[in-house]
Amino acid sequence: MRVNGKDLEPASRMTVEDLVLSVGHRPDRVAVELNGKIVPRSEYAHIALKEDDSVEIVGFVGGG
Amino acid sequence: MTDELMIGGKRFNSRFILGSGKFSLEMVRAVMENGGVEIATLAIRRANAGGEENILDHIPKDLTLLPNTSGARNAEEAVRIAMLAKELGCGDMIKIEIIRDSRYLLPDNCETIKATKILAEEGFIVMPYMMPDLSAARSMADAGASAIMPLGAPIGSNKGLLTKDFIKIMIDELDLPVIVDAGIGRPSQACEAMELGCAAVMANTAIATAGNIPMMAKAFKSAIEAGRLAFLSKPGRVLHNGGEASSPLTGFLEDSK
Repeated sequence: MRVNGKDLEPASRMTVEDLVLSVGHRPDRVAVELNGKIVPRSEYAHIALKEDDSVEIVGFVGGG
Repeated sequence: MTDELMIGGKRFNSRFILGSGKFSLEMVRAVMENGGVEIATLAIRRANAGGEENILDHIPKDLTLLPNTSGARNAEEAVRIAMLAKELGCGDMIKIEIIRDSRYLLPDNCETIKATKILAEEGFIVMPYMMPDLSAARSMADAGASAIMPLGAPIGSNKGLLTKDFIKIMIDELDLPVIVDAGIGRPSQACEAMELGCAAVMANTAIATAGNIPMMAKAFKSAIEAGRLAFLSKPGRVLHNGGEASSPLTGFLEDSK
């Protein structure tokens, strides 16, 4: 699985929510794209990740 | 007298829009409070492992967030970033920033017009950052922009209002708020932009690179307010030759001869 451009081995039956928490983020502070599509926050706990998935996890940072 | 800034149906009392980049998280709140800021821009980036502190924990809750699409090189990427910003759940305002040129960081007006149209149709309050070009600005207005954000000088340069004459043309010709974004380096320049008739000024680097950051935020607040009052007061005329006495020319302490 690719997460923010890096390889990561998904734990078995890992959901989007598990992933977000495992990398240390509050689910309400990030937005997630799974294979190019935005995952609504309400779905995080219901979507299981697969080995060939590509995930982007983004959040706000300071910027002009 | 109420003098509110209206953008996309939202009302603001402050005309100082803060770019939140380059500040330490500890400093951000002080800058916003000292500047009387009601709108601040944020960027969207990959949230890397480690769960570093989030900027949202350091800004006042009632602040209006204006996410930008920095990092986008074309309309498609800008739309993708805007959709992620919306998913982050902080409102529907978006500052479109599309840059292909990494040396001067100048915006691409053509791609910005395209992104403005798509995002306005998606229901965003769209504020495009742009090169001050009247016909491009008109196209952005037609595409549904809620304000136009021409640059004063290259991003982060602190060079001031280099595009002054072109910004004035846009203020005169457009029915939308014109907000100078980028390049403003001194409170005097922010004041000048407001005197010209800009609806607001956006600044970031000018404050972030100051020796005393909270004090500079306060200076910008005062300058922007002063410039706005001056604009509303309709500045007096300029004599191009000679002078005109301000004191009466009669009643001197001298007997007439």
